Amino acid sequence: MTRPHDMGGGDGGRGDAGPVLPTPDGFSPYDQPWHRMALGLTLAAGGLGAWTIDESRHAREKLPDYARLGYYEKWLAALADLLVARGLVTPGELAAGLAAPASLSSRALTADRVAGVLALGAPYVRPGPAPAFALGQRVQTRAIAENAFTPGGHIRLPAYAAGKCGRVILSHGSHVFPDRNAHGQGEAAEPLYTVAFRAADLWGAAEDTGDEVTLDLWQSYLCAA
Amino acid sequence: MPHDHHDHPHSLLPSDPALRVKALESILVAKGLVDPAAIEAILDTYETRVGPHLGASVVARAWAEPDFRARLLADANAAMREMGITGRQGEHVVVVENTVATHNMVVCTLCSCYPWPLLGIPPAWYKSDAYRTRAVREPRKVLADFGVTLPKGQTVRVWDSTAEVRYLVLPMRPAGTDGWNAARLQPLVSRDSMIGTGLPHAPDRAA
Repeated sequence: MTRPHDMGGGDGGRGDAGPVLPTPDGFSPYDQPWHRMALGLTLAAGGLGAWTIDESRHAREKLPDYARLGYYEKWLAALADLLVARGLVTPGELAAGLAAPASLSSRALTADRVAGVLALGAPYVRPGPAPAFALGQRVQTRAIAENAFTPGGHIRLPAYAAGKCGRVILSHGSHVFPDRNAHGQGEAAEPLYTVAFRAADLWGAAEDTGDEVTLDLWQSYLCAA
Repeated sequence: MPHDHHDHPHSLLPSDPALRVKALESILVAKGLVDPAAIEAILDTYETRVGPHLGASVVARAWAEPDFRARLLADANAAMREMGITGRQGEHVVVVENTVATHNMVVCTLCSCYPWPLLGIPPAWYKSDAYRTRAVREPRKVLADFGVTLPKGQTVRVWDSTAEVRYLVLPMRPAGTDGWNAARLQPLVSRDSMIGTGLPHAPDRAA
């Protein structure tokens, strides 16, 4: 299963990924003028409440042209796919680039609600099982970074951290479980932990002894080590 | 088949992305699925109101007030609420403190998770393949791309944001700022210093 979005450490430290190009301090989100509307349109359409953040991430990850598309191109492509999947837009309308006029839907996010919706956010903590692992406990991640319920499905365990041992440093309560929620299988909340790994355990050789990488991992990704 | 219209109808849109976004906008507005005024209200929020100045105000206050710093490290969202800072992509914030022993740096290798209510929309480099690929494996080489060299003996801890927890780095307060209040400290707090790819500005710059 190719997972082009799962990039961490993917160039093997050979430098193939090229340099990171810093940008000036402050506000700088638009490299192209159309990025502005891509951002605004995606967020406004998200306000329809027709998909979850996990479904939205999965829609981007499964784009067959993921690696070729720029950042906001992925957003637009996933948005179009989700709109059609939910029956909100037809393939014919996409092909024509227009649609018959209709009045504003009662589901649409209206301007007067924007400030409240953005300020409120959507917490992901849910009632769930008691944590099985304690702070400081050694844990090991699942050997293969694959969704255990949906073949080829969404998962938030990066491949570079599969089958590795670390220690629990934070415990966040139960959070919505993306592996289920991205596939319309309910929120299935599970305890979420931050696990610290020695960089040397992840990469074989670390840039410096003592360097660490932490990941936020759901309980079913982990077993006691 | 790379362009399967059934599974991936986005390929029906024009190939030029500027035309693609225009077509989607026309369709969604015509169908009443998005309110054009809502789009502008959203963009205005992140262009003029929510951005790195908010994160900088939190960091500066933590530098100036030890009690606030303690509250921020214990429960970041509660401390942010004291300053009226809440919002999407910042529902579960953890603030991680740089010390002489540890330098913290934040990445999202799987997508582009970022603490929007504190820092706004992420800069292009944060979302780039290069940063997402390299930050976890060679953070010190990435820091070199930003002109940052860490002192010997300071370890790096990279936080890969794989869930809905969002991380903000509390950088070390620059030397030479004794007695400065939060308002005077705030301009020293760069965006990148709160992601961990930069350091705060030196006090002479903001004198």
